[in-house]
Amino acid sequence: MIHQYKNNGFNIVLDVNSGAIHVVDDITYDIIADYESLSKEEIVAKLSAANSGVSASDIAEAYDEVAELEKNEELFTKDIYEDRVVDYTKRPTVVKALCLHIAHDCNLSCKYCFAEEGLYHGKKAELMPFEVGKQALDFLVKNSGSRRNLEVDFFGGEPLLNWQVVKDLVAYGRSLEKEYDKNFRFTLTTNGVLLNDEVMGFCNKEMGNVVLSIDGRKEIHDMMRPFQRGDGSYDIVTPKFQKFAESRNQDKYYARGTFTRNNLDFSKDVLHLADLGFKQISVEPVVAPENEDYALREEDLPKLFEEYDALAKEMVKRHGTDKEFNFFHFMIDLEGGPCVYKRLSGCGSGTEYMAVTPSGELYPCHQFVGNEGFKMGDVWKGIENTELQTEFKGCNVYSREKCRSCFAKYYCSGGCAANAYHFEGDIRGCYDVGCALQKKRVECAIMIKAAEAGAEE
Amino acid sequence: MKHIKTLNTKRLQNTVKKGGCGECQTSCQSACKTSCTVGNQSCENNK
Repeated sequence: MIHQYKNNGFNIVLDVNSGAIHVVDDITYDIIADYESLSKEEIVAKLSAANSGVSASDIAEAYDEVAELEKNEELFTKDIYEDRVVDYTKRPTVVKALCLHIAHDCNLSCKYCFAEEGLYHGKKAELMPFEVGKQALDFLVKNSGSRRNLEVDFFGGEPLLNWQVVKDLVAYGRSLEKEYDKNFRFTLTTNGVLLNDEVMGFCNKEMGNVVLSIDGRKEIHDMMRPFQRGDGSYDIVTPKFQKFAESRNQDKYYARGTFTRNNLDFSKDVLHLADLGFKQISVEPVVAPENEDYALREEDLPKLFEEYDALAKEMVKRHGTDKEFNFFHFMIDLEGGPCVYKRLSGCGSGTEYMAVTPSGELYPCHQFVGNEGFKMGDVWKGIENTELQTEFKGCNVYSREKCRSCFAKYYCSGGCAANAYHFEGDIRGCYDVGCALQKKRVECAIMIKAAEAGAEE
Repeated sequence: MKHIKTLNTKRLQNTVKKGGCGECQTSCQSACKTSCTVGNQSCENNK
């Protein structure tokens, strides 16, 4: 399968099944488009007639280069993975990552919160007791098999509302590492309101990554991320996040925002964060029910594509200067990226990855928490709903019809099961708006690589 | 090549034999929590 597109002056050809990425001249771009349906002679004749300035011998030469790449399995490569991936997803599963809902409570009242201001369909605020978290870590170690690296994310609500338990659980996790030959990678997501020097110091020592929730421009942030009493949180959290990012040497964190229909011009928010000095930025589309006025709609896609293009161009411009920054959704690892199994077998929700509620219930991921039908068990008894687990285990690129013909499948691994469920009622569905944006981001990310490669020559 | 410049040397078909150790990061744990992105992740075996 081939995906070819033009972006920012580059003719880009992605050989989907091998992952090879080529930048080609105009004539080669046209040859590739006809390569599978026409013979060499037909292509030379057709393109000679259409391009008066290009000689037949040049076209034939470009054709031969395409043929050579095909021979080398770098163009028109076949998909040889389906059987292997289906076998792979049937392997005995180990649990390797938990999202600990350390606090179902929040000190902000963000309008787009899928956790309903931290309550997750619950009626009252709830903090995770240490004993529950400890049992969760025991459950993780016990079910992780020979897997050494274990991930634990402190999530909420707002985890700093239960800070002592976070610290105690980190200490407990560390105490298990030696005995069981495990390496815990702790991460924390915070809105920043309670951030202080003590929290920063602890996180810099113990947390492999921190996610700092900030949306961008003050008016955008304050509109969607107010306190319960209504006033915005930008002025309180921004200086703390700036200090935190600096204290982590501008690494291993994300200034993480959400854009909605209220700021379709979100590239301005990304650049605002960059201009505040943040070097690791992730601003991501809101996922919200269609009836919400801030939800993204299909009709917004052209504008959002323009924004991604504008942002990508600006990042190319800033590359190599002191104003350059990373944008999470444009990060793509062309040389050291994951193996094809990882790329095709999905995010691992409900199998390798699970969310734990404050009372110790297990859900396939944080986005299913509170939806009783998706309760899988608890940290004491383990997985009881094995039927549900089997269903999640079967999620991969080949189990989703729309993914089969999609060029981006090796970059998103079939998308998010929760989004699929919420928009199509089936964890094997596809969330079309999300897919369209994902594809655009992959195109932009590759263009940036092409531009950087050109600049380095 | 005169007409084509290839940006990368890694080929997915070469990861079939050695891949699948499962040590890599869970995609949703990195930053997003609302989507699924694997193309930007690193292979633990390359470290």
